[in-house]
Amino acid sequence: MDGQLRLRNARVAIVGVGGLGTPAAMYLAAGGVGTIALIDGDRVDPSNLQRQVLFTDRDVGRPKAAAAAERLSDMNGEVTIVPRALRLDSANALAELAGYDLIIDGSDNFPTRYLVNDAAVLLGVPSVHGSVLRFEGRVAVFGTTTGPCYRCLYPEPPPPGVVQDCQDAGVLGVMPGLIGVLQATEAIKWLCTLGDPLDQRLLVVDGLSMRFQSFAVSRDESCPMCATRRITSLIDYDAFCAPPMRAPDVAAMSPAEMASRLGIAPQVLDVREPWEWELCRIPGARLTPLAQLDDVMKTLDRRAETIVYCHRGTRSLQAARRLRAAGFAEVSHLEGGIDRWSVEQDATIRRY
Amino acid sequence: MRINLPSVLTPLAGGHHTLDATGDTVGQAIDDIARRFPALSPRLRDSHGAPYPFVTIYLNDEDIRFLGGFETPVRPSDELSVVPAVAGG
Repeated sequence: MDGQLRLRNARVAIVGVGGLGTPAAMYLAAGGVGTIALIDGDRVDPSNLQRQVLFTDRDVGRPKAAAAAERLSDMNGEVTIVPRALRLDSANALAELAGYDLIIDGSDNFPTRYLVNDAAVLLGVPSVHGSVLRFEGRVAVFGTTTGPCYRCLYPEPPPPGVVQDCQDAGVLGVMPGLIGVLQATEAIKWLCTLGDPLDQRLLVVDGLSMRFQSFAVSRDESCPMCATRRITSLIDYDAFCAPPMRAPDVAAMSPAEMASRLGIAPQVLDVREPWEWELCRIPGARLTPLAQLDDVMKTLDRRAETIVYCHRGTRSLQAARRLRAAGFAEVSHLEGGIDRWSVEQDATIRRY
Repeated sequence: MRINLPSVLTPLAGGHHTLDATGDTVGQAIDDIARRFPALSPRLRDSHGAPYPFVTIYLNDEDIRFLGGFETPVRPSDELSVVPAVAGG
């Protein structure tokens, strides 16, 4: 009964009302957590329905926060639901999250994860982390008075494209459900001071082998967020997670350099038009007119070395920059294009 | 010793979830599997051979960052687990 009263008096903010946030919210509402904020700027998409079990076909197109609030109020009218149909960012996070006893991080991208962590630590509010990729999930409680924060576990995010996101790698529909329910479990334990929280451990769940392993996570005494407190305000998380590209990020290759990579670099793209391709081409290349680059990009491996060429090197530079911006790890282009290739490397290539 | 890989890396390791590796240090064990499965190499360490800040490697259940990094000595009975940061939800 004491526990039920504690839940009734508790205020929990859920960031991300998606695969993790919806199952967590359902159990917190059903369990009688007094106030639940739902923070999500997205609208319900048909592709969400396979795992975001709070939503129905009729909700498609509606703001997730509003649709979820309606369903949760139907489930338990005693609970106050605070729908916040907005994207959490550095400007609004402290105000949105202030006054809550616990935060559930159900977001789906690195910038928001670091933002939630930092805001939670600055506010002195613990956060229950959950994340999934394919058949795997992670759960931990961060930002307690003595425990580690997300930055203690991962000081820096991976550069874009190095770790696949769910759009690329897919997610087994039930995995976020499992992890979201574990987050709700940790939340209820924390609010009722029951059992051993995951505040010094990272739970790693492998859905394929159904192995649950936990690893020690300690506060990093050099952590600028929770230990040394060098970070005293929120930063630009998009920039933190995607450092601006510098010019040398796209390497310019000479025909000789490119010749040495042919047969090794797995992706060679010819970004000219089909009529140019008919005139001449470099063996092993794949025709990808610039206008189709965005579509073709989705079928390519971002981790694999990619070389781009065109007629004289202008379109290829543009394409290479776009590939880098999309997270391709290693991109170079043929300076001077196939025209220079014909002069320096292979005279049988027709010039035009 | 045994090295446990996350499912996202198993396609780069011939489909194996766990690999046997030899070496006297964490770094040598990582070298061993990187040599056998070159596609794994850039997912485990950077181009200078240093650990990434977004891939945690546990020796049994301890983060090697708080032990001796890649220099941490290992015994054949030890287990390494690779746990990269994921953000999905």
